[in-house]
Amino acid sequence: MHLDHSHDGPAAVSADARRPDGTRRALRIGLGGPVGSGKTATVAALCRALRDELSLAVVTNDIYTREDAEFLLREAVLPPERITAVETGACPHTAIRDDISANLEAVEDLEDEVGPLDLILVESGGDNLTATFSRGLVDAQIFVIDVAGGDDIPRKGGPGVTTADLLVVNKTDLAPYVGSDLGRMAADAKAQRAELPVVFQSLRAESGVRDVADWVRKQLAAWTA
Amino acid sequence: MSRAALLVLADGRFPAGGHAHSGGAEAAVKAGRVTGAASLEDFCRGRLHTAGRVSAALAAAAVLGVDPVRLDAAADARTPSPALRATARKLGRQLMRAARATWPSSELDALAREFPKGAHQPVVLGLAARAAGLGALDAAYCAAYESVSGPASATVRLLSLDPFDATGVLARLAPELDLVADQAVEAARECVDAGVDALPAASAPLLEISAEAHAAWAVRLFAS
Repeated sequence: MHLDHSHDGPAAVSADARRPDGTRRALRIGLGGPVGSGKTATVAALCRALRDELSLAVVTNDIYTREDAEFLLREAVLPPERITAVETGACPHTAIRDDISANLEAVEDLEDEVGPLDLILVESGGDNLTATFSRGLVDAQIFVIDVAGGDDIPRKGGPGVTTADLLVVNKTDLAPYVGSDLGRMAADAKAQRAELPVVFQSLRAESGVRDVADWVRKQLAAWTA
Repeated sequence: MSRAALLVLADGRFPAGGHAHSGGAEAAVKAGRVTGAASLEDFCRGRLHTAGRVSAALAAAAVLGVDPVRLDAAADARTPSPALRATARKLGRQLMRAARATWPSSELDALAREFPKGAHQPVVLGLAARAAGLGALDAAYCAAYESVSGPASATVRLLSLDPFDATGVLARLAPELDLVADQAVEAARECVDAGVDALPAASAPLLEISAEAHAAWAVRLFAS
């Protein structure tokens, strides 16, 4: 968390907790992970779960289209003015880690135009296991993998799996069909992450995105405390 | 001043948003005008002597203390394509953020207040160079080099071009970069007394036209 940052001048620089007018900015949570692991579906489910209790917005980082943004628009999880797509020049990890300018611009514009906001979800373009968000862009990050991507991913580790504030193992309903051992994934994740939390989820199950939404609520409580 | 500050400002990894832009290379690749190292060199040479020359002169003039608001209007007048004007302001806003965090300056703060959604990138670049204690020639070099390094690195991604070939293109353009930077500073000095009309107004119609088409593509790797 970056509650102690402050910066003078007409506009916030990056991680500053206060907006230029002195109000607290929205909590920013990043969602990263490999292509097809269910990041956009998780974002959509989070929007449905939280939109009645929070003022929220989404930034998507598509690799070469506006597909993720358009999916969210089509699903009508939020009004269109609350969803912004950032173009990443063929390098999704650069846009969330090494050069976060375009994403910062997007989150600030959202706060200016549809704010005040409690929460902004920043979804990374599908990338590899090393892609993590800069602490200048997000306050906390979720790394989403899925059981069909191979049950050895938690064992292999990498910055996303080992350091994300929350690891989500998605599509658990598929485990029996793809021969993935959920127990082994949980043990490997525990070994890699020690006390950092892990959620196993199936968005097709009745519980859906509940555990992740609860985790987000906790982050928000800490942010506004 | 520290000359080494120029290395920081000109570094392709300086976090000012440039990585998401191809400088027109994506449109040129799609149209079959850039297909390899030789045509990339032609493309870069053309961009250097048009957009690069104008940018370098604007940046140098900002270092020399010419009113950035006037320079911004001069940049608008020299950029016929609305898509390219929007891109220049977007990149200017992103450079502004990085520059203010790196070299805090009241002049940068004032320009940020004047243009909350971004001034033209070369104008911001000139003020950033000034804030970093650099001179007009340094800023001109930086702008001229950016005008070719962006398309070169984008083409490596677009065509899977051998990165050594792309770097060779940039090295071969070095003498022309010297020339453009020198001429830009000359024009900028003239601009101090004679006003912004003394700045070059070279333009590449195909860059402007293809930028408009590119902005309307549904599927693209680069923002411009």
